[in-house]
Amino acid sequence: MELLQYALDNASLLLSRTIEHIALVGVAVGIATLTGVPIGIAITKNERVAQGVLYMASIIVTIPSIALFGIMIPVLSLIGHGIGYVPAVIAVLLYSQLPIIRNTYTAINNVSPALREAARGIGMSPNQRLRLVEIPLAIPVIMAGVRTAVVLNIGVMAIAAYIGAGGLGTFISRGISQSDPRQLIVGAIAVSLLAIIVDYSLLYLQKRLTPRGMSREAAAT
Amino acid sequence: MIRLESLTKVFDTQKGAVVAADHIDMEVPEGEICVLLGPSGCGKTTTLKMINRIVKPTSGKVFINGDDTTGLDTQTLRRNIGYVIQQIGLFPNMTIEENITIVPKLLGWDKTKYKARAREMMAMIALEPDAFLKRFPSELSGGQQQRIGVARALAADPPVMLMDEPFGAIDPINRAVIQDEFLKMQQDLNKTIMFVSHDIDEAIKMGDRVAVFREGKLVQYSTPDDLLAAPKNAFVESFLGEDRALKRLNLVKVREIVTDEIGTVIPSDTLESALAKIDDYGYQNAILMVNERKQPAGIINRSIARTTKGYCRDHFQAVPAVVDLDDDLRKAASLMFAHDQTWLPCVDKEGTVCGQITQRAMTSHLGARYRARQGDDRKPSAAIKE
Repeated sequence: MELLQYALDNASLLLSRTIEHIALVGVAVGIATLTGVPIGIAITKNERVAQGVLYMASIIVTIPSIALFGIMIPVLSLIGHGIGYVPAVIAVLLYSQLPIIRNTYTAINNVSPALREAARGIGMSPNQRLRLVEIPLAIPVIMAGVRTAVVLNIGVMAIAAYIGAGGLGTFISRGISQSDPRQLIVGAIAVSLLAIIVDYSLLYLQKRLTPRGMSREAAAT
Repeated sequence: MIRLESLTKVFDTQKGAVVAADHIDMEVPEGEICVLLGPSGCGKTTTLKMINRIVKPTSGKVFINGDDTTGLDTQTLRRNIGYVIQQIGLFPNMTIEENITIVPKLLGWDKTKYKARAREMMAMIALEPDAFLKRFPSELSGGQQQRIGVARALAADPPVMLMDEPFGAIDPINRAVIQDEFLKMQQDLNKTIMFVSHDIDEAIKMGDRVAVFREGKLVQYSTPDDLLAAPKNAFVESFLGEDRALKRLNLVKVREIVTDEIGTVIPSDTLESALAKIDDYGYQNAILMVNERKQPAGIINRSIARTTKGYCRDHFQAVPAVVDLDDDLRKAASLMFAHDQTWLPCVDKEGTVCGQITQRAMTSHLGARYRARQGDDRKPSAAIKE
């Protein structure tokens, strides 16, 4: 009851923090998609490069977010952005690379050899094959990668409050420092709810983006 | 026309170089279907795929309608060759219409032209355009999908088609139907077609010519009938199977060996005269009775004719079977076996009796080429055995 009262009293703050949180993750994963998908497609051309890139991306994910922020503070201080918005976005951007690159790479590689041969055999150029066949077929799996990245990073972004990036993490960090369980719990519940809601919204988007002829197969996965 | 000039493919593998196709020279005349036949790994598919450069030739040349394709840009080359594969390979993200019109689109046709073409193709493969064009491949049966696959390959009206075991993944009943449909289409289309198969029966049915491959080499290239009657060596002979003489039954029409010597009686003849005719013509069991329009009406059994007095019209039995002039010998033989007959009456399109076909004539027709061959080249065939 007390929690609900607190949430209602601070509804406008909660809302603005939520929007801030979404904006941070959205910008970061958005940029990550723009970089990750082309990288994922590019590495399908060379098995060894692909293994190297995927390995690097995996290592990045193993770095604890607090440590990553710590590393970035001195580096980004050189351009005056040691803390705040910039390092938060960069961290999320880096964490998002693995799921997005890996899913893109797997999806493009898994387009059936028969379809590739048919596409080559009827005289499509490599770009046409990518645009007309491979990417449309890969979309459901690429979108699943984006979803993973978003959900993963809604959690990471909560920690970014410690370097002053804002977002729902602010409630949690203040709750801890002020020994105020209401703020802590409201913040934590808000982050979880946000992750669930965003995941379902993206699932809907994924279904919409899946080419119609494939929706039956995609529904099974 | 497709001409291959010393077309060769060498694959570099860990175990060293493997020659998949070794100086293949052959020519498929315009409007003919050439079936590339052989066991797996014999180089037939490699040879086919070198024509549209899915497999890059190591050396040699491919000519299409007399023009060397070596200098041609790969995409242009492929857009002008119809390509059908066993796995069909329809794009699941595209509607049937988009699948069929993809090559015309790549070639830059305008929208009204390629839309009209899609409907034309659907009519050709006997699928209702309004019901199918907006559907997706996953909603179609395997047989329907492969018809669309053929339509896609034909959409831009290429002079040449390559088909890699196109009907291999379709169940036997549907396969026979699609083969027949395809042959019927080909009568109008007159495409020059290379067709890979590992099925000897399919090769004989579909091919105007058959090219038999073994270990990267073209062993024999001839018409199906020549192939079956005169296999060049022991390998071809064993690949064709010991029942190869029977396979020729498919290739010969009743028309080719029918004789017009057929004894018949009419309903008003007496049984006595029927018996005389049976003996005249040397029939063992029975003679055919025809009506006034010379259509088969019944048979008079020898035993009845010998023991009974009266007219044919009162003592005939049902005709066991007749064959049409355009039936093949396989059907004729089957009917003879089924009804325990040594001869069958033959009818033309109007159903009028025009002769008979006997077991004797069939065996002697089929055997003639084998005997001729054994006469000419007993020595070479003996040499192969050594």
